[in-house]
Amino acid sequence: MAEPLIRMANIRKSYGRVQALVDANFHVNEKEIVGLLGDNGAGKSTLIKVLSGAVPLTSGDIFIRGEKVTLRSTSDAIAHGIETIYQDSALVTQLSIARNLFLGREPIKPPRFLNRMDQEAMNAVARDLLRQVGITKNIPPTTPIGSLSGGERQAVAIARAMHFDSDLIILDEPTNNLGVAETQGVLSFVRSARDSGHSCIFIAHNIHHVFQVVDRIVVMRRGKVVADDIDPKKTTVAEVERVITGMSDKEIRDAIADGRDSHG
Amino acid sequence: MENRSFVQRLIARPEFGPLVLLVVELAVFWGINPDFLSPQNISNILAFTVELGLIALAMTLLMTSGEFDLSVGSLFGFSPVLMWTLYNSGVTSLEVGLLIALVVAALIGLVNGWFVTQLKIPSFLVTLGMLLVVRGTALFITDGFPQRTWSAEGSWLANILVGDFYVGPFRIYASLFWFIGAAIVLGYVLTQSRTGNWIQAAGGNPNAARARGVNVNRVKVGLFVLSAVMASLAGVISSLRTSAANPNSGTGYELEVIAMVVIGGTALTGGRGTIIGTVLGILILRVMRNGIVLIGVPGLAYNIFIGAIILGMMALHSWLERRHQAGT
Repeated sequence: MAEPLIRMANIRKSYGRVQALVDANFHVNEKEIVGLLGDNGAGKSTLIKVLSGAVPLTSGDIFIRGEKVTLRSTSDAIAHGIETIYQDSALVTQLSIARNLFLGREPIKPPRFLNRMDQEAMNAVARDLLRQVGITKNIPPTTPIGSLSGGERQAVAIARAMHFDSDLIILDEPTNNLGVAETQGVLSFVRSARDSGHSCIFIAHNIHHVFQVVDRIVVMRRGKVVADDIDPKKTTVAEVERVITGMSDKEIRDAIADGRDSHG
Repeated sequence: MENRSFVQRLIARPEFGPLVLLVVELAVFWGINPDFLSPQNISNILAFTVELGLIALAMTLLMTSGEFDLSVGSLFGFSPVLMWTLYNSGVTSLEVGLLIALVVAALIGLVNGWFVTQLKIPSFLVTLGMLLVVRGTALFITDGFPQRTWSAEGSWLANILVGDFYVGPFRIYASLFWFIGAAIVLGYVLTQSRTGNWIQAAGGNPNAARARGVNVNRVKVGLFVLSAVMASLAGVISSLRTSAANPNSGTGYELEVIAMVVIGGTALTGGRGTIIGTVLGILILRVMRNGIVLIGVPGLAYNIFIGAIILGMMALHSWLERRHQAGT
């Protein structure tokens, strides 16, 4: 079988005596959307932080298309084609859509010593990309991010990752605090990213959102990957919940009943 | 959104409030005392305006990047003292003295930037400390007395920095052109250049900027250096024009400069800045200082008006910002 796009092998991460990741193994294939699930504290965020270069790993290896890489910083990860989109932190709200899209990679108009941004080109590309990710509303690319809705901001961040040909787009809770229509919008941006050849890791608390969009589900528990080949078409939400909690059906029913008793 | 009329777009601009205020100010002062718009008075306002203005222009960029510099007033006093001390003691020529003063200012800016970016200490504390160090040094090397200066008239340095000439009845100093030049260049940098995008991103969301590969620390250190050098240059220009180098000069300028920048519409919290707004802010405060004296209000009441203007403009900017966020 061909090498996966990303492979993380025996990843360990400890914060002092706390083991956040214990020999975690994880991979993402080309043009695949992977849903990463797990309870609070299961290690999803740490795994993603390691992969996005935000925190260094304690031990283990990361391979991109079979080649071993070291990710020392977020810009290192971006240079390797790994783009992470957090709920709110990826964009500068005061800057326009176009200026955010090209931040750090602004095209320059000749003569180069004037260091002048090619704003027409930036606006034209931005307009095009917004259409590609399915924003049909007429939003000028000069609009500041601050006046966009949460879903539109996610769309801009996804558009940026697509434009700069990131191989892997990591979406950390992209549907949090979004309305129903906006959530559907974000899910369709994710699909269009895959259709144009990008892979995605999709992390969300809402399992129903994950089911709607991913090709494969990976579940983490207590710092380990406990299931990495769940096909959402051949399983149910309840079954995945069981894997996440590590409880049997009866145990889950009892836990829910206990909760009701203590609240009631 | 694209169909908004020209008037709506004009009103939504952060510079609109300051522009209206300046026009009202000019009209009121002129209405009460027609001498306010006499060529002599306009020349007077402009002469000193550009000296503080040079500092405010650099401060606009620094504040857009999310930092500010309280040591500019002390550098305004220190640099001419250093230049004249070197010259008077026969160590260097006046030109070399100026060069050394600018290099020392750049180093002071570098130290400010290093403390803020590497030690992660807020710029308020770092530059407050630097204010005391620089002012203290100026007082120490002069024993608190003004430095002996000669009339610099005739030297080429004085001519290119503060040489004066008449355009009709207006007395214009060369420093006005330095100010206009600096405003054009820095306005271009902020709005057109790639560096300007980085400055705004550094102030708006430094983590996002870093993640995109922008060297936020280098941007900030560069702006601290720019701010220090401009303050130093402004001090030298002022000392050449008035033939005086007083170690206490520039006291309190830092707050006046920050007020000019903020009144103009630059956000104190960073991320958004406007050079045109700052030019308007500079004129608003200098016209106010000149005008209230001319219409007979005691000069000591000046700060009441300045304070009221700052509060009023902040309220206006915050209202406009909320309207903008609401998408209206």
